[in-house]
Amino acid sequence: MPVYREQDVIPYRSRVREYAVKIKMGLVSQTKLITAASEIVRNMLKYANGGETIIEIVSRGRDNGIRLTFDDKGPGIADIPKAMKDGFSTGRSLGLGLPGTKRLVSEFDIKSEPGSGTTITIIMWING
Amino acid sequence: MERIPILKLGAFLLVTIQIDLYDRLALHLEEDLVAMVEKKSVKGVLIDISAVGIVDSFMGRILGNIGSMCKLLDAETVVVGMQPAVAITLVELGLPLKGVYTALNVDKGMELLRSKIEIEDTIGDDYDDDTSPN
Amino acid sequence: MAHTLNNKKSEILELWMKNQLADSGLRDDLISNKDLRVQSEELVNALITNLNDNNINNSQSPDFDKVTELLGGISISRARQGFSPRETGNFILTLKEALLEILRQEPSDVNVLFEESLKLSRLLDNFTILTFETFIKGREEVILRQTDEITDISTPVIKVWDGILAMPIIGTLDSARTQVVMENLLQKIVETGSSIAILDISGVPAVDSLVAQHLLKTVSATRLMGADCIISGIRPEIAQTIVHLGIDLSQIITKASLAGALQYAFKSLRLEVKRSALEVNGIANIQ
Repeated sequence: MPVYREQDVIPYRSRVREYAVKIKMGLVSQTKLITAASEIVRNMLKYANGGETIIEIVSRGRDNGIRLTFDDKGPGIADIPKAMKDGFSTGRSLGLGLPGTKRLVSEFDIKSEPGSGTTITIIMWING
Repeated sequence: MERIPILKLGAFLLVTIQIDLYDRLALHLEEDLVAMVEKKSVKGVLIDISAVGIVDSFMGRILGNIGSMCKLLDAETVVVGMQPAVAITLVELGLPLKGVYTALNVDKGMELLRSKIEIEDTIGDDYDDDTSPN
Repeated sequence: MAHTLNNKKSEILELWMKNQLADSGLRDDLISNKDLRVQSEELVNALITNLNDNNINNSQSPDFDKVTELLGGISISRARQGFSPRETGNFILTLKEALLEILRQEPSDVNVLFEESLKLSRLLDNFTILTFETFIKGREEVILRQTDEITDISTPVIKVWDGILAMPIIGTLDSARTQVVMENLLQKIVETGSSIAILDISGVPAVDSLVAQHLLKTVSATRLMGADCIISGIRPEIAQTIVHLGIDLSQIITKASLAGALQYAFKSLRLEVKRSALEVNGIANIQ
């Protein structure tokens, strides 16, 4: 699902919620997941003028979860460990971007190549 | 153009957010609300977010900004009715929501605003025990 | 071999039943001999009917779906009924004994017999492993359910006064537990419209920086909702650890006892608790 305009954010969030409801994810986990997704797409719009997203249902043993992938062709992040530190932000935001988002979800993975783009993958399991 | 309605309720303004705010709508709300506070010279603003399922850092910033701007215009802002799931998420995200008061519901929010305004009014007034609210 | 076994189905069953009933670990208190016979017959039928010389080396073959399904069902139900792993394992192991015994009674070459026994043995061993796996899974389910129950039971929210909630926390506070505590507390705050919540931690054995962080989060979330949160039941040794660890709880209202917290709550709701004068008068009247 492409997200290239600010208006795409709300429909994208509704889509994520549909998937979360489908696998009977608890309300708090749903809220955390969607908030995290919202943070990431907003970042993506701001720094990379948008990108592509994938929503998938994944399972691990008897546990189900949702995996969201965000792929952009933006400037990339040069120093990921630094970007993952609390308080770091290059833009005019609150500076809780990535680390705050990471705290919301079960798994968080970021790969970035300066100059060619960033891929972020997050997973939220139903049982932690 | 879609806008969030702002109601005047006695000495206060009441805004009920019923839908997920997209960025432009949120920015318009900020603009309208601040203009209205100045025009009607109200002392308090209630923002009811009980129907809001997601508050991300953008939305949190809008709420904080409204609070700070109203404060400059001598009005207090109370965010009421936050959902438990939203509160838990904001704490985990590390968003403190500075510059605004919070209350459980509109009634409690009004009560809070009245007490805040009263405190300000009584400063300089003669101390009078009978004026304390019931 | 499959053919031989197919012809001797009833003999196998009889021998197996004899083995099972002779076993000292027989749990006729948990399962009646009649039910055991029904279960055994089903399994022998499913196994022997589907067994052929091709699939004997492959326990994963779809031919054995019926067998694995039966075994799975039996071991899960045994796990729930409280059979020991040994008793559950013996069910399938005694079948192996019976099968090998029948095979031995057939006149055949020693080498052939050895080969066939080996094959049969391997197949049954695989089924035994499967039995154990499902047995453990069944037990895990029981444990999981109990864990959920314990978490639910151990976090009650009590309405102590109109507008005041109390939540005594008993046991260690980890992240999963904090989630439950937070959710229950916040939900109850909304339901009752309470403006003050008291978290009593007298039942928490130790407070380290992680637990303190969890407490801080709970307090912050309560405040975001528009209610106040007081932490009570801080024992002296916990106060010591908190200070030694350099944890800053100065943003939180803390009280030594639940009574202290309640007093504070009454005060902030502008409520007063007074000893009634009536009783004094009553005593005076008697004199």
